[in-house]
Amino acid sequence: MITENDILSWLKEIPDPEIPVISVVELGVVRKIELNNSKVTVTVTPTYSGCPAMKQMEDDIRAKIHENGISDVEIKMTYSPAWTTDWITDEAKEKLRVYGIAPPEHSTIDKKVLMGLQERVVKCPQCGSAVTEMISQFGSTACKSLYKCKDCLEPFDYFKCL
Amino acid sequence: MNQQEALYQYTLRLGDNALILGHRLSEWTSKAPLLEEDLALGNLALDLLGQANSLLEYAGKTEGKGRSQDDLAYKRAEREFLNNLLVELPNGDFGFTIVRQFLYSTFALFLYEELSKSKDEQIAAIAAKSLKEIKYHVRHSSDWMLRLGDGTEESHNRVQKSLNDIWMYTGELFEMNEVDAILIKAGIAADLNAIKQKWSSKIEEVLSQATLKRPQDAFMQTGSRKGIHTEYLGFILAEMQYLPRAYPTAKW
Ligand SMILES: [Zn+2]
Repeated sequence: MITENDILSWLKEIPDPEIPVISVVELGVVRKIELNNSKVTVTVTPTYSGCPAMKQMEDDIRAKIHENGISDVEIKMTYSPAWTTDWITDEAKEKLRVYGIAPPEHSTIDKKVLMGLQERVVKCPQCGSAVTEMISQFGSTACKSLYKCKDCLEPFDYFKCL
Repeated sequence: MNQQEALYQYTLRLGDNALILGHRLSEWTSKAPLLEEDLALGNLALDLLGQANSLLEYAGKTEGKGRSQDDLAYKRAEREFLNNLLVELPNGDFGFTIVRQFLYSTFALFLYEELSKSKDEQIAAIAAKSLKEIKYHVRHSSDWMLRLGDGTEESHNRVQKSLNDIWMYTGELFEMNEVDAILIKAGIAADLNAIKQKWSSKIEEVLSQATLKRPQDAFMQTGSRKGIHTEYLGFILAEMQYLPRAYPTAKW
């Protein structure tokens, strides 16, 4: 007898197409799993409106459930509540850091930075130095900004808050 | 006009603005003055195309004739597009693109703040989602207004000229018609007079920091609410719609 928890554990094996060290579940994209008779409905939400990896994630989720012997799969898209980086677990944030991406701060801090009320300190994921500078608000993918460490001189990505 | 028709047109208006401006910004790819700006403008374009996707999908559902977001983007003619003239203007130099982005993003910021409280749940959800992205867009273009306006004599003169040239396209952002009247009454749409006040004071604040002069309100261009556009929209659509029209069954 398959349960919704079993399906969740399958989905935890699907890596984010752009940042493969965390899963689509850890990213917070999977919002709901419903099992009715033999039909599975997975509700997902996009990170950014134009996230090009969204289609890939939907295909991966569908394929994963098919692999486990369920053929009737529906993927639903929801926009509310809007995705936030606060849904990324602390454990996943640590995985991001080890991977070389500075993890997002809590969004309340980021809001103050965006309004110019507070300075942001983004620590270098390589050497841990707090002496870093933002090179560009926009980086290699929609969810990242580009930073440089002034101590070890390595450039790195910062997963920006949303 | 009933409420459903009004909502269809209103959602198209929002979606078309995002689609056409997203298309324009994507034209900077590989041509921006700095690598970082190439990435930035590409990211902005992507956000806008994502917003257009959600909005046009909802417009299609509201219309109820089975049209998808792709049908609406690729199979409508020029006169059926409801985007503002501002967003279809050619990119000009980098300063022109930044001025347009600054004026539009600030408008979108205050509009979507209101729409995130809309009584229409899907409009509210898309607005709340988009707002998070728009805040980054406003920050990006405001920073550049300061750098260019309060930069060298050359950069100052160029952005001031762009601002003067673009200004006559800003009046149209706040025009209201029957669509607005119906939807404001239903608690779905935002009153653009109120948005205009917030917009004006924010624009003035940034312009004065950037040592730029706010142009005088004089003659204002108009037409888009009725589907009347500048000559430029036709060229955009010719490029954007060519492939799906020539190869309707193409998949990639
Ligand atoms: Zn370092």
